[in-house]
Amino acid sequence: MKKLFLSVIGMYFTMLAALSQGNPKTDSVYKPRKLTFEEANLVSSYYRQDGNNSAVTGGIGSEKLTDLSNAIDLKLYRYDKRDRKHSFTGEFGIDHYTSASSDKIDPHTISSASHSDTRFYPSLSWTMENAKKGSTIGAGLSLSTEFDYGSFGANVNFAKKTKDKSGEFSAKLQAYLDRVSLIYPIELRTGTGTRGEDDDYATTPRNTFNLDLSWSQIINQRLQVMIDGEVVYQHGYLGLPFHRVYFADNTVHVENLPSERLKIPMSIRANYFISDKFILRTWYRYYHDDWNINSNTLQLETVVKFTPFFSVSPFYRFYQQTAADHFAPYGIHTAADTYYTSNYDLSKFNSSFFGAGFRIAPPDGVFKIQHWNSLELRYGHYKKNIGMNSDIISLNVKFK
Amino acid sequence: MKPYIKSFFYIPVFITAVLFFSSCTTVKEYQKNKLNDTEMSLSSRKIEKTELSFQSYREGASGANGGKTGGGCGCN
Repeated sequence: MKKLFLSVIGMYFTMLAALSQGNPKTDSVYKPRKLTFEEANLVSSYYRQDGNNSAVTGGIGSEKLTDLSNAIDLKLYRYDKRDRKHSFTGEFGIDHYTSASSDKIDPHTISSASHSDTRFYPSLSWTMENAKKGSTIGAGLSLSTEFDYGSFGANVNFAKKTKDKSGEFSAKLQAYLDRVSLIYPIELRTGTGTRGEDDDYATTPRNTFNLDLSWSQIINQRLQVMIDGEVVYQHGYLGLPFHRVYFADNTVHVENLPSERLKIPMSIRANYFISDKFILRTWYRYYHDDWNINSNTLQLETVVKFTPFFSVSPFYRFYQQTAADHFAPYGIHTAADTYYTSNYDLSKFNSSFFGAGFRIAPPDGVFKIQHWNSLELRYGHYKKNIGMNSDIISLNVKFK
Repeated sequence: MKPYIKSFFYIPVFITAVLFFSSCTTVKEYQKNKLNDTEMSLSSRKIEKTELSFQSYREGASGANGGKTGGGCGCN
């Protein structure tokens, strides 16, 4: 934990050192041919949750979890001879979590492999924007690695504006090729001497392919909307090997879910500039998948600008979902069921998420530090009607 | 699909159709100062990054919001 903290501080000072090298003007006239700093962000979050429906212990037991995440991104740009803007973004993230339920995978150990873990997730992306044609193309790569899970992602994207630049179509194709380590609950492991302290777990694939299409439209000088539709296809091992399911006859099994899942989320976002003091941000999503989860999400956020450079944004988000076909609570499934899970994230519930954000972005820089563009702080409380609740606090520091 | 779910499905379609076909006007570049306000951005903000991640893990639904739809475990 100490190492992690020192790493984040180290990266922060490296970023400050890079900024102190100087930053050429980035007005509309100056178009640098050399790679030039555009912006850098540090996003830190602390998340904690609690509840009594852990999937590791078959739908009963503590869901207590904490997660500290830090991500730094750096965006550089240059113009080529044809006046096209090339942007390059590199991001590096570290999450460190502790989980009470993961400690129940093997209660005989003082602390099991997944009791606490650190996830690293670097990514790189490139976009090329042609302002004359109103088009943008891009591509990206990402990695994510933690003790029992690895993920490799790749994406390509395209966007095109209408002639009058009031509308924009964009498309993004993504693929994630993941590996799940097969760490079973201790009582369900076979073979000899496999307490699981070594790193030689078998792995199995989980692949996700995703097509995202969106259309954004300026309605008038104060209102703009975006509709977004995605088709997500997942294939492979979609459950988790350490999720227990207790049958009606008191026998214990590993969660078993179908090897395919098709998800279709559709959303509409509308932002309205009410006045110089108030902006209303709204978002609604309908979701359906072939495990028979149907869901509706509505989020409202009002930005209150006390000055042009200081704003407070209270928000409220309501979420509702139906249960997946394969969900049942502790002790309900039987041997007649082909698929079974007691993961309450797939149960019927609704949730509320509310809180507020604070943002300062003075023209001469935060605390008069010229390149420190903005400082944002955001807190939210999340509550499901099935007893789980969580809190999250996030910080975004932007340099420009 | 249950009937009330179907009715929810048509809400965004209806709202979008009304907005698109009744009130679109061409807005010139010099008239876009309100639309260009940072808070008017139609994408999710960077500070929401972890929120979107935990929601995609703790809820059955995900996507269509700039958040994750794959990659990463959500094991805990």
